[in-house]
Amino acid sequence: MQEDQPIVLKIENIHKRYGETEVLKGVSFTVKRGETKVIIGPSGSGKSTLLRCINQLTIPDQGRVWLEDEEVTHIKKDINLFRQKIGMVFQDFNLFDHLTALRNVEIGLIKVKGMNKKQARERAYNELLRVGLKDQANLYPAQLSGGQKQRVSIARALAMDPSVILFDEPTSALDPELIGEVLEVIKNLALSGMTMVVVTHEMGFARSVANEIIFIENGMILDQGSPYDLFINPKHERTKKFLYKITELYGKSKDE
Amino acid sequence: MDSLDFIKDIVLPPLFEGTLVTLKLLVFSIPLGLVLGILIGTGRVYGNRIISFLCTVYTIFFRGTPLLVQLFVIYYGLPSLGIYFSPFTAAVIGFVICSAAYHSEYIRGAFLSIKNGQMMAAQALGMSRMQAIVNIIFPQAIRRALPGCSNEIIYLVKYSSLAFMVTCVELTGAGKIVATRYFRYTEVFLVIGALYLIMVTIVSNLLKVMERRLKIPGLG
Amino acid sequence: MEESWLAIYEALPYLLKGSAVTIGLVAGALALGLILGIPMAINQVYGNKYIKIIISFYVWFFRGIPVLVLLFLFYFGLFVLLGLDLSAFKAGILVLGLRSAAYQSQIFRGSIQSLGEGQMLASLSLGMSKIQAIWNIILPQAIRISLPGWSNEYSIILKDSAVTYAIGLMEIMTRGKFIATRTFKPMPIYLICALIFLILTYGGVKLLSELEKKVRIPGFGNKGEGN
Repeated sequence: MQEDQPIVLKIENIHKRYGETEVLKGVSFTVKRGETKVIIGPSGSGKSTLLRCINQLTIPDQGRVWLEDEEVTHIKKDINLFRQKIGMVFQDFNLFDHLTALRNVEIGLIKVKGMNKKQARERAYNELLRVGLKDQANLYPAQLSGGQKQRVSIARALAMDPSVILFDEPTSALDPELIGEVLEVIKNLALSGMTMVVVTHEMGFARSVANEIIFIENGMILDQGSPYDLFINPKHERTKKFLYKITELYGKSKDE
Repeated sequence: MDSLDFIKDIVLPPLFEGTLVTLKLLVFSIPLGLVLGILIGTGRVYGNRIISFLCTVYTIFFRGTPLLVQLFVIYYGLPSLGIYFSPFTAAVIGFVICSAAYHSEYIRGAFLSIKNGQMMAAQALGMSRMQAIVNIIFPQAIRRALPGCSNEIIYLVKYSSLAFMVTCVELTGAGKIVATRYFRYTEVFLVIGALYLIMVTIVSNLLKVMERRLKIPGLG
Repeated sequence: MEESWLAIYEALPYLLKGSAVTIGLVAGALALGLILGIPMAINQVYGNKYIKIIISFYVWFFRGIPVLVLLFLFYFGLFVLLGLDLSAFKAGILVLGLRSAAYQSQIFRGSIQSLGEGQMLASLSLGMSKIQAIWNIILPQAIRISLPGWSNEYSIILKDSAVTYAIGLMEIMTRGKFIATRTFKPMPIYLICALIFLILTYGGVKLLSELEKKVRIPGFGNKGEGN
């Protein structure tokens, strides 16, 4: 269904090196509007670095990134404007610990978008409602469970009206019984047409939600295609092995 | 006379003499302060109600008042009760009493951080409470207290300058006398500052070496 | 004994005036240290290489030299050299404040670093500028974490303020010495000075811990509670 949709995000030949180790060796892909792209791969394969290169939290050594036809890379100023439009959800939540859930969601609206406080509050409240946390609006991060924290951080990203949201292993820091509620929220976002790039180890989720799965190893894209292509009919022996191992390790998710 | 010659010929000789006095002050005060601090800290944690109370009052009083007041009481106050000390002795007594109060705080914290099981295990082996404290608890506690106590010792190196306030002519005092005589404060006190920086650096490196020597893998 | 009480009775108003001077001196020095210390801490964490080196040198200098030597150096030396004709009170605030900035910057730096990188990354990912992130996200948390260290700094400066006796600043000790010499009753006078300092130390610390309770956020800054 995304076939004729415009391209939202275009990543071209991204390279990144830390000292001796080359973490990313030329990664390229595009994301169309409404698409959910899932990135999988072993730990240390450069997935998180790749996400951070997209919104320039890490500056790539080489390569370019476009958001809706505008180049994000190689600009010194106004990167903050792009970051508003590229939401990010972190593995360890990174909620602002001195602010309530509601204030966490509204602070970007007030300080970055310059929205007035009343409007911002209303919007923030609606986003919390959307992730099922209206009763927790006035609690501080330390008073929330891990799953609730991650849902607040998703609401915080959503409130900014991003063109695309990047998820960096959103469930990896969660206790197993809390993973479901967060995946549920992300899945609903996918269904509602949000454009997303998700790094995850949750294969069941990847299989049921992804329009395309990208398999990265050693800083390169090794395989990519629809869930069917990768799970049923992988091109590479490596992909098969990885998928087998990871399913063993993490078990089958509830989606299967 | 230009600055360098002035410093070399006029300033440095008395400053070196002063430095020797400062070092002498420290050689007496640092170990005695640490020992008294250990006794008071131990008294606070393991003493009976009266001892623990007295040690706590001691700490509150000496940590709550400036060292300068303490020195004034010892040097100018006590003679009115018929107790006389030389400036040097008064300074050493003040430094020992004051630094002990700060040390005791770290020692106490370290004792309290040692898990209950250590004492129980020692007593289960048949050690008396005293034996357990000396052989099992203390060796662990002192290592944990060391970083804090090190800081305190470095403070003492700097606060030893207050000895001059009770007329004991150590480094700062010697400098003040020269500076006043020749009216060249900036140069003289920059040199003094440099000497203190050197002393502080040497002492803190020595303490670091000691901490490393005493370190036990996984402890502290 | 009676004479002692009389001496105290007569000295007390005079010493209390000195206490007001001490409080002013400490408040001024703490404020100056705060105003300088916070930007120093921020630059030590987020600044460029050169600014970091300069600040490290500043901190090393002011922390490594005794407060008495600093007072002499600045009051009789540098301030005169610079043509500044400062009262002992202003000089005291400046020297204690410059020195406190060195200590306070280390308190705040530690707090900022204890927050971890994630808070900054999350702020930037929302589109905040670095300055917005520091102002809205980093500082409100760092200051809360710093409060216990800051209260300790108050008690240290209060006690160090007594050393301004050496430049004749009319605070508690200078007045105490003056009266003790005149009345020949040093013991009771100095004990009263000690008592005043005790009250100021623990009174101030108590006030600051009340403040800490007021700005406390559930599960934050008091590790071990919350999850």
